[in-house]
Formats: sequence, C-alpha cells, structure tokens
Amino acid sequence: MFKVFDVAGSALSAQSLRMNITASNLANADSVSSSTDETYRARQPIFAAMLDEASRETGAVGVEVKGVVESQAPLRQQYSPDHPMADEKGYVHLPNVNVVEEMANMISASRSYQSNVEVINTTKQLMLKTLTLGQG
Amino acid sequence: MSINLDNALGIHEAALRLRSTRTELLASNLANADTPNYKARDIDFKAALEQAQGMGELRTTHQNHFAGGEDPGINDPLYRIPSQASVDGNTVDSQREKAEFMQNALQYQTSLHFIDGTMKTLRSAIRGE
Repeated sequence: MFKVFDVAGSALSAQSLRMNITASNLANADSVSSSTDETYRARQPIFAAMLDEASRETGAVGVEVKGVVESQAPLRQQYSPDHPMADEKGYVHLPNVNVVEEMANMISASRSYQSNVEVINTTKQLMLKTLTLGQG
Repeated sequence: MSINLDNALGIHEAALRLRSTRTELLASNLANADTPNYKARDIDFKAALEQAQGMGELRTTHQNHFAGGEDPGINDPLYRIPSQASVDGNTVDSQREKAEFMQNALQYQTSLHFIDGTMKTLRSAIRGE
C-alpha cells in the first residue's frame, strides 16, 4: 500500500506543474511584443503514465510530465500605431492564450489535485489503523 | 485443540492483502485521471480472493484432465469498460473511481475490524477471563 504515496504524489506534482503553467499563461495573456518570434505562446504540459518494470507487475502507475509544448495556434495581431511596441506596420503582437480554456484547465487541475490529496489522507488513515491492530 | 493463527483469522487476512493492492490500483486510476490514453484498471475481487485461497481452480485428478484456465487474479488486473468515452483515449471516470476508492477503504477497515475482534477473542481466551 506504500505505493499509493508514490503514485498520488507523482499526480500531485504533475497537477501542480499544470497549475503553474496555467498561471503563467494567464499572467501573459496580454503581454505584447513587436515581432511574432518574441511573442509569448500558450504552453501545455504533456502527461504520460509512468510505465516501468515495477508498475507492470503491480498495476500501480504514476504520472510523469513528458514535457511542455507551446501552442501552434495563430497569434493575435492588433493595429495600434501609437503603441510604443508597435512594429513598422503599426501592429503589436499578442499571445495565443485562450483565457476561457485556461480557466477550465485551472479548475480541472485543482479538482484532480484535491482528489489525490484525499487519496493520500485516506490511505494514511488506513495504515495508521493497521498499525494499531490488536492493541485495543 | 491447537490454535493456528492463520486459520483463526480466516478469510480476512487474504481479503486485507487484496484490498491493499486494490487501493494502489484505484489510486493510480485517480492519479491518471488527466493522462491521455490511460486505461482505468481494477481487479475482479471475487476471482482474486478465490485464487488467493486456492479455490476456483479446476482440480486435475486424472492424467487426461485439462487444467482450467486461470481466473483473472491479483496479478492481472482487468480494464474498466468506460461509460462515456473521451476524445483523448482516457477511460477514467473520476466520480466512479472516488466512490470505489471510498468503498474499498471502508471494506479494508471492516476486515481490520474482524481481525481485531478475533484477536480480542483469542486474548480473552488465553487470559481465561
């Protein structure tokens, strides 16, 4: 049963990373720049099941973050010639962050985090009860 | 009468071990609720318990008898049938897994309680109270 802590712990760290990325996307939703190369792009983590030798035997599989990818969606352009960051044609470039999508992502990450915390708590209680077996 | 502790605890010792393994499986289902292409797994508890107790297998009493196919025990968990398929190939239903996890935790405690009761009985028999 000790594996529960590894598995749920890996999920906690994966979900908190997802939360970090969501925060970074939301924080940069309006970061302007004067060229498409320097513009912030929305990021997403890639989750994968941790399939190793030990997990194949028991079926208890943790989560690992394979990497963080940048969204390839088109960037937003805004015509504002008075903007200090505007390029020679008078455009500023805005990130391709979809704020609504990020909010939904945040809620999903927080719910998943909560249910894993609950799993750890319940398992801890079960183990503590097992330790007091025969003492009553 | 000789007292054998294994016999005294009966089915609950095997049940406790299976419940603890099932806790790990359900925890990994919940941990992978957002992992693309992860398939939720669970054990067939009845079959696993029968296997743990050495029941449920066909006995071969003659050289021409075939051994029966093995029941899906603790070592090969089955895959859940999803009630709602999701686009990313994940078959974890968080609500269902949470409910199963809680139920499993309660049943674990029930087994613990039974073992505790047996131990109390044995102790009072030893003390002669």
